[in-house]
Amino acid sequence: MELEIKNVFYRYTSKGRWILKNFSLSMDNTERVGITAPSGYGKTTLCQLLSGYLKPDQGEILLDGHPLASYKGYCPVQMVWQQPEFAVNPRLRLGEAIKEGDEIEERVIRGLGLEPDWFGRFPAELSGGELQRFSIARALGKRTRFLIADEISTMLDLITQSQIWHFLMDEVEKRQIGLIAVSHNPELIDRVCTRKIDLRLFDEK
Amino acid sequence: MSEKKETSSYSGTDRLNGQTAGDTRREDAPVLKIERMSISFTQYDRGMHQTSLPVIRDLDVEVQAGEMVAVVGSSGSGKSLLAHGVMGVLPYNAAMGGRITYCGEELTKERIEKLRGREIVLVPQSIAYLNPLMKIGPQIRRGNKAAEAREKLRGIFNRYELDEGVEALYPFELSGGMNRRVLISTALMEEPKLVIADEPTPGLDLAVAKRAMSHFRELADMGAGVLVITHDLELALEVADRIAVFYAGTTIEEAPVQDFEHEETLRHPYTKALWRAMPRHGFQYIEGTQPYVKNLPAGCSFAPRCPHRGEACGKEMDYRMVRGGKVRCVRAE
Amino acid sequence: MRKINRRQRVLLGLGLSAVFLAAVCIWGSLGTEAARATDFSRKNIPPCLQYPFGTDWLGRDMLVRTVKGLSMSIVIGITAAAVSAVIALLLGIASATMGKAVDSVVSFVIDLIMGVPHILLLILISVAMGKGLKGVIVGVAVTHWPSLARLIRAEVLQLKEMPYIKIAGKLGKSRGYIAVKHMLPHLLPQFIVGLVLLFPHAILHESSITFLGFGLSTEQPAIGIVLSEAMKYLVTGKWWLALFPGLFLVVTVVLFYILGQSLRKLLDPGSVHQ
Repeated sequence: MELEIKNVFYRYTSKGRWILKNFSLSMDNTERVGITAPSGYGKTTLCQLLSGYLKPDQGEILLDGHPLASYKGYCPVQMVWQQPEFAVNPRLRLGEAIKEGDEIEERVIRGLGLEPDWFGRFPAELSGGELQRFSIARALGKRTRFLIADEISTMLDLITQSQIWHFLMDEVEKRQIGLIAVSHNPELIDRVCTRKIDLRLFDEK
Repeated sequence: MSEKKETSSYSGTDRLNGQTAGDTRREDAPVLKIERMSISFTQYDRGMHQTSLPVIRDLDVEVQAGEMVAVVGSSGSGKSLLAHGVMGVLPYNAAMGGRITYCGEELTKERIEKLRGREIVLVPQSIAYLNPLMKIGPQIRRGNKAAEAREKLRGIFNRYELDEGVEALYPFELSGGMNRRVLISTALMEEPKLVIADEPTPGLDLAVAKRAMSHFRELADMGAGVLVITHDLELALEVADRIAVFYAGTTIEEAPVQDFEHEETLRHPYTKALWRAMPRHGFQYIEGTQPYVKNLPAGCSFAPRCPHRGEACGKEMDYRMVRGGKVRCVRAE
Repeated sequence: MRKINRRQRVLLGLGLSAVFLAAVCIWGSLGTEAARATDFSRKNIPPCLQYPFGTDWLGRDMLVRTVKGLSMSIVIGITAAAVSAVIALLLGIASATMGKAVDSVVSFVIDLIMGVPHILLLILISVAMGKGLKGVIVGVAVTHWPSLARLIRAEVLQLKEMPYIKIAGKLGKSRGYIAVKHMLPHLLPQFIVGLVLLFPHAILHESSITFLGFGLSTEQPAIGIVLSEAMKYLVTGKWWLALFPGLFLVVTVVLFYILGQSLRKLLDPGSVHQ
């Protein structure tokens, strides 16, 4: 399966600066692609475009040759957000929220170290690291084909960061899920990814 | 109401072996010394039950003049409260215990109110803490229109490559990079002796984060004591003199930066695990998670994940000197 | 003794207010005839043990009339406030979710109604509907929704941008699911508190237009009628005719207000410590 972004242009306001300009990239579901760039180069924008949260102004985003927007219901490209606090509804118990994921397997839950008693709690009763593990588990439903990880470990301690990435590398390998990892830390990208992309090289400004 | 009164004054723990500086200011006394600080919140459980949430259990840290110390802990672990506790701006439902001394003298409520914003400044996380309706220049000068204040501000802005026009902008008009430099300028107007920076690099990319940190380094080099509270150990290692590692409500180790070059020179098993988890040092990990403040074990909070745990780990730990650093572990030597 | 914490105190206040208001309603609905019964053998009695609120110039028991009047006001207030709150909920959500055109129309109407003094609109509507019960309820209902609608609209707009709502969409959840599971738990507390805080307004406005003669007809022992009749006799020194009904109207309104504020504290975990 292939995820393609073809000649995409994007900007936030109709007269604003182009965040992405004629940007193209393609990857298949066995790759782990790392994206680095200083802030302002559109890393988060790219992630949100790839996972369908934003629509390109021009160009297209194709999954298996079909436009991503044509996939109705569960989106095969799932993204994990940088700040877990906003990715879970503060008024929804985690047990309820995990059900939103697509039949999350016990192995994923155990692999990420989610404790059974978390599911009876509200998000405010968990730490940031715990919530981030939860968000990752939720994104690893059975129909997920690509996983976009936007700075998912920046706010975590080093041990949690290492735990999470080791698990993810294993999991995507096993299930043939394509992984896009965005990080400001080049050493981390070196550890995790099979291919590296620096957004600065695409920039024609 | 009355619960609050009982605990809001510092409960003055015994001075350690009488060696703490006397009540007069001394030049050689540390700029800031925090001993056994604890901060807890009163909160409601589901329903009617009120509980106390001990967010900081036992925090010790010391900052000398001209030194930059980083308190490193994962985000959401409550370490920001440390800054609020020192500055005396904790929320109403928080209670603080322990002892804080500033330049050898206890930092009481009255004293911090006098020193806050002059000798002791807090550089907040974001410009959300600035007055949105006041232009940058007057805001940093605090309305002081004297020529020397203007001159001084100009000097500070020059240092941080902020042009004069910035003074006439409102906070919302600043770009992300300018934010940080403006925030730090606020600290410099008063020639502070102690600067506390709360998470100065949230979500910044490496180059920008390094630059932000280096500004604080300069403050220390100019003679101020700088306490940086951050989640980013790797970044802290590049600029700080000493690191205090904060884990589940307690500082478990305080060590000079050089000790982080090799695993063997570190003292606490958690710090060692952190070291091994760095991408450049093998990217290894240990099992388990940092416990939520409500479910802390008795004694060492790291014990459940520790490979060397023994019976003694269940008891209260001393924060003791080992090889020129401090550690809260019975086994460290 | 175990200390009563803030939340328990709030709950206690809530319970007491609710009991008082319910008692007034029930008692009032029982005594319709008693409130109208005249008895010239006992007219103009000042407050005493047998008639704690005194009697009026027709020998009607003021205690019964006050309770009856209040209960009518409460029922009208609740009905009007409920209708008003439902309008607010529907328009607030519609405004936030049905696109720009709907939003501008609703926002315009909100501004329009908020720009005109309530009492003026109320009188106009009440007179246009031919006075009486229907006119009052419609009048109050139509004039009181805008502030709550605006609140709900803002909340929905904000919720729509929250990552967890967007994530739920990408996880294939339907709009209905998102509305019920994600939005409702945030809107419900706002809605309930808004609803309860509408009561005192509705009651006050109902009694004021009735007092001014644009509301209920004079046969109804509504609190506004009781008060406006009493005004004529105040100069003759019969102070009790206006004092007790007036005082109780204030107490009722304040109780509803306390009820609303207590609910807000209970439902919003952040404000409960204050």
